[in-house]
Amino acid sequence: MDCRRTALPYFLLAPTLIFLLFFFVVPLFQVIGLAFSSEHSIFTLRHFNRMFGDIYYQDAVINTLKMAVIIIPIQLVVAFLSALIINKRFKGSTLFLYIYAIPLGISELGAGLIWLSIFTEKGYLNSILYQLGILKEAVIYLSYQSPQWIMTAIVITEVWRATPLVMIILLSGLQMIAKDYLEAADIFGANWWQKVWLIILPLLKPSIQSALIIRTLLAFQVFGPIIVLAGRLFPVMASESFFWYTLIRNEHVAATYALLLMVISMIITWSYLVFLKTKDEQVGVL
Amino acid sequence: MKRDSWQRSAITSSSVGFYLGASLIALCTLTPIILIAFAALTSRAELYTWPRSIIPTKFSLDNLKYFINAYGVLKSTFNSILVAMVTILLSLLIGAPAGYALSRFRFRGKEAFKLGILITRMFPTSLLAIPLAVMFLRWRIYDTILGVSLMHTSLSLPFTVLITASLFLKVPYELEEAALTLGCNRITAFIHVSLPLILPGLAAAGIFTFVTSWNEVFAASILTVQNRTLPAHIMATLEASPLNFKFAGGFFMIIPAIVFIFIIRKYLLSMWGISVNK
Repeated sequence: MDCRRTALPYFLLAPTLIFLLFFFVVPLFQVIGLAFSSEHSIFTLRHFNRMFGDIYYQDAVINTLKMAVIIIPIQLVVAFLSALIINKRFKGSTLFLYIYAIPLGISELGAGLIWLSIFTEKGYLNSILYQLGILKEAVIYLSYQSPQWIMTAIVITEVWRATPLVMIILLSGLQMIAKDYLEAADIFGANWWQKVWLIILPLLKPSIQSALIIRTLLAFQVFGPIIVLAGRLFPVMASESFFWYTLIRNEHVAATYALLLMVISMIITWSYLVFLKTKDEQVGVL
Repeated sequence: MKRDSWQRSAITSSSVGFYLGASLIALCTLTPIILIAFAALTSRAELYTWPRSIIPTKFSLDNLKYFINAYGVLKSTFNSILVAMVTILLSLLIGAPAGYALSRFRFRGKEAFKLGILITRMFPTSLLAIPLAVMFLRWRIYDTILGVSLMHTSLSLPFTVLITASLFLKVPYELEEAALTLGCNRITAFIHVSLPLILPGLAAAGIFTFVTSWNEVFAASILTVQNRTLPAHIMATLEASPLNFKFAGGFFMIIPAIVFIFIIRKYLLSMWGISVNK
């Protein structure tokens, strides 16, 4: 009887483990296999050389990193402020929470199309600026002649779409902060800034860490808005992986991009864990 | 009623500014959604005029009709729903027992299992989609509903395990034990006691899985050619589509997602705020 009891949890875990073995572990090895081998040889660096030599390669890597570096700090600040607002629990704060959370349900592709309606030549941005008398004629934002505008449009789309996720993570962290600390701070006469800097932010560190990890990993995978707004004018690693598979029909180079993306993701996750060290009992992972 | 004094003091000090800030963020969130609705409801002819008014001079359903009747749209919508349903079913059947085990038992390797689950959430979708495409070709499930569903299940399974574990944790084990002493066995105790209590949460998790699958575009585009899901179909026809098709398509895609998120709004916090505290 005791024997059955100890076996039961493993029996319950088995389906998940088997599934993950087939759909995570095997593909992981397969992607390494695809990247390093071809029909003719077991080990080759051909696909890597092809990737490094591709005209889009350098831009793809730079754009991927640049996007993360620009988007994530903006998101953190906006998300933190929104979370502080919601956490005040004023009258109607649940309504605001729901409104802020709406983009959570909107897909990358949907968000891309939404902002396309704004940034396209006869779109809402131009129309509004024209009617305000700021513009004399339509500006073309999404063309190869205006890479800065393409980038701006993508950044705005991503900030709009993905900030609520960061907000939700930070908000659930905020709600775990014991009120005693803040009441004690009140007694000592701390002002709002002091409370934010000295109490809330340090205690929120595990949530910030989780949010940073999730957001960075997801920022590297952003694909929908980029395809909709820029096509191949703004290459990133995820979209290159996609094009190599669907357009060029070369799954080897596509796998090489995917592998490179994962290595970069792992390095960044690891550095977050090292540089933003949290105490064990605070680990509010993902 | 005991309100947190630190919070109240901040409100009274600048309550106008506070509401202004809160409303500004809300406005920035809502405006683009209203604009895509306008774009979808503006007639094709008006969409291409310049200068154009923000609010359409005449609301028209022509774009939406054109979109829905366009080749492949209804079929891919149907495929999307089917894929999402199969994904929900697979994730719950496979993941819920693991969630139950995590919440009810102490066993060796539990922490390692949790860590493994969390690590799987860090893999880029592209890393899975491309080798799976090669694998599915060999297994002859490339370009099928089942193939995309399996892919989406692998994306949502870690989430399902964690969310069901946290749902079960909220049902005290003593309740199940009481049922056991009253003549239930483990299975009937689960069905009669725990299941009804977690059903709303389970439904919310299912809806969330639905939205995730309905929205997913990268893997669905890689894994299908003929049997596309809706996002994959829109993606594949993107370059050849006129603007009115794109705007109507975007609007059509986001509406169910917004409605579903509204239904499960109460669960949003607990879903994303999952922490692995002991």
